[in-house]
Amino acid sequence: MEHQDAEIEIKPVNKEKINLFLKVTLYLFIITVFEFAIAFTVPHEYKYVRILVFVALTIVKAYYIISEFMHLGHEKGALKMSILLPMLFVAFLLFILLFQAEAIFQAVY
Amino acid sequence: MSSTTVGIEDKRDLWAGGVSPMKVSYGKLMMWFFLLSDAFTFSSLLITYGLIRFSHPAFEGAIDQFVFSQEYWPIPEVVFEAVPFLHGVHLPLIFVGLMTFVLILSSVTMVLAVEAGERMDRKGVEKWMLWTILGGIAFLSCQAWEWSHFITGTEEGGKLLDGSFFYGANLSMNQYGPPNFAALFFFITGFHGFHVFSGVMLNFIVFFQTVTGKLERTGHYEMIEKVGLYWHFVDLVWVFVFTFFYLV
Repeated sequence: MEHQDAEIEIKPVNKEKINLFLKVTLYLFIITVFEFAIAFTVPHEYKYVRILVFVALTIVKAYYIISEFMHLGHEKGALKMSILLPMLFVAFLLFILLFQAEAIFQAVY
Repeated sequence: MSSTTVGIEDKRDLWAGGVSPMKVSYGKLMMWFFLLSDAFTFSSLLITYGLIRFSHPAFEGAIDQFVFSQEYWPIPEVVFEAVPFLHGVHLPLIFVGLMTFVLILSSVTMVLAVEAGERMDRKGVEKWMLWTILGGIAFLSCQAWEWSHFITGTEEGGKLLDGSFFYGANLSMNQYGPPNFAALFFFITGFHGFHVFSGVMLNFIVFFQTVTGKLERTGHYEMIEKVGLYWHFVDLVWVFVFTFFYLV
């Protein structure tokens, strides 16, 4: 294999890409720290505010992981849509089952 | 104008076969569709958690008054407050926060491995894959500790509805709250943990293929990208588990 190794040309490090990844890492870090700050400063009485902020920040984190780490943000539109549109089913399931939860709660308690 | 006509014709040809319309290889596309199906599985589990949690009463009152009871759903930050070697110290969510960072960092080393692969840099791929595998093993070890702590329980234990005390947790009973709380904990974090375990295995296989030079001989490191997609997905799922199981 030695003669083959010599033929392979190693390209220089893509600085721009590495910087982008480090920036995304920093964002994910900051958002997680911010989530902790919310968890310990906003009292539990503001339940819905807490849930709303947590869900929003989670979606931001998911966006960065999917778009940059998984590279979906740079893929063809057709691929993006075939992965993201089926997620509407998840939103639908969430919607009906949370209503169902309220109905069960009312029936039992 | 002629260029627009050509553009339209090109677009039609794109889906006529013989080329990849989404500009990704077969293997990568199928990995995406597998991850989509896996996303449905995890969404169903987490939404089920929401359904069962909100069909139980929530704890009303100040957080420092909280005691374990089967009457209401526990507040996660009171349940998950232990850190290894710091017995008896109240450190809510610190350990899961650490686990989150470990997994995010191993995701970062994975993109660096993919980047090295694009440059045909075998040494770089080897280095970053090794870090990724170590991150995965570190996460699994943390989870093993978390599980054993959850199963063993605290010294105080929790009062059951019949007035007796129970320590720790199993699938049918637990000291922290309603029986379903522990069942969901085992099922959701266990299913995710098994994904991490499979990911570490896959990472090891591609690491092995890099070391032996198999990937270099094929002329590209796409295998690293495909396994990388799976690994990022495992990280992505943990972000959601962290929010919906530990924070909310």
